[in-house]
Amino acid sequence: MQLARVVGEVVATMKDPNLVGLKMLVLQPLAASGDAAGRTLVALDSVGAGVGEHVFFVRGREAAFPFYPAEPPADATIIGIVDHWNTN
Amino acid sequence: MILAKVVGTVVATRKDERLVSNKLLVARPIDPSGKADGNYLVAVDTVDAGFGETVLIVSGSSARMASGMKDCPVDAAIVGIVDTVEVKD
Repeated sequence: MQLARVVGEVVATMKDPNLVGLKMLVLQPLAASGDAAGRTLVALDSVGAGVGEHVFFVRGREAAFPFYPAEPPADATIIGIVDHWNTN
Repeated sequence: MILAKVVGTVVATRKDERLVSNKLLVARPIDPSGKADGNYLVAVDTVDAGFGETVLIVSGSSARMASGMKDCPVDAAIVGIVDTVEVKD
């Protein structure tokens, strides 16, 4: 999993039938320092996250698991909203 | 998933039989502001996207979960045509 900040929303009318009704958000991955690290990406949301929040997300085939038994074609899904994190 | 702009089509006569009758498009990844970002890729189109459109591409093994792509040798599939991207930073 990776830390990220939600920076935007994506709207798509024409999409795979298994994506209908799912929220798509733009994420900026973060380093432990909180600085942006890497390219932005689009992820599905399984926890009700919103723009400006810090989240963590899962990549790959596992990104479909939160929606089981549905199998949306997703390679990134937000699976948690981060309250705070510490690094020493 | 990544945002990308469709910049071309691919025609291939000889290909894996599980790819027959699928449309292949060339796409260029973009950032949310629309700026090109990264290398061109070939993706299978499952939503009837066309030249110049901004699309949503799913990569890796998840691409096989796109409609009609079960057990097909694909690692990038276009699964949505993007209407708007709203970035509030």
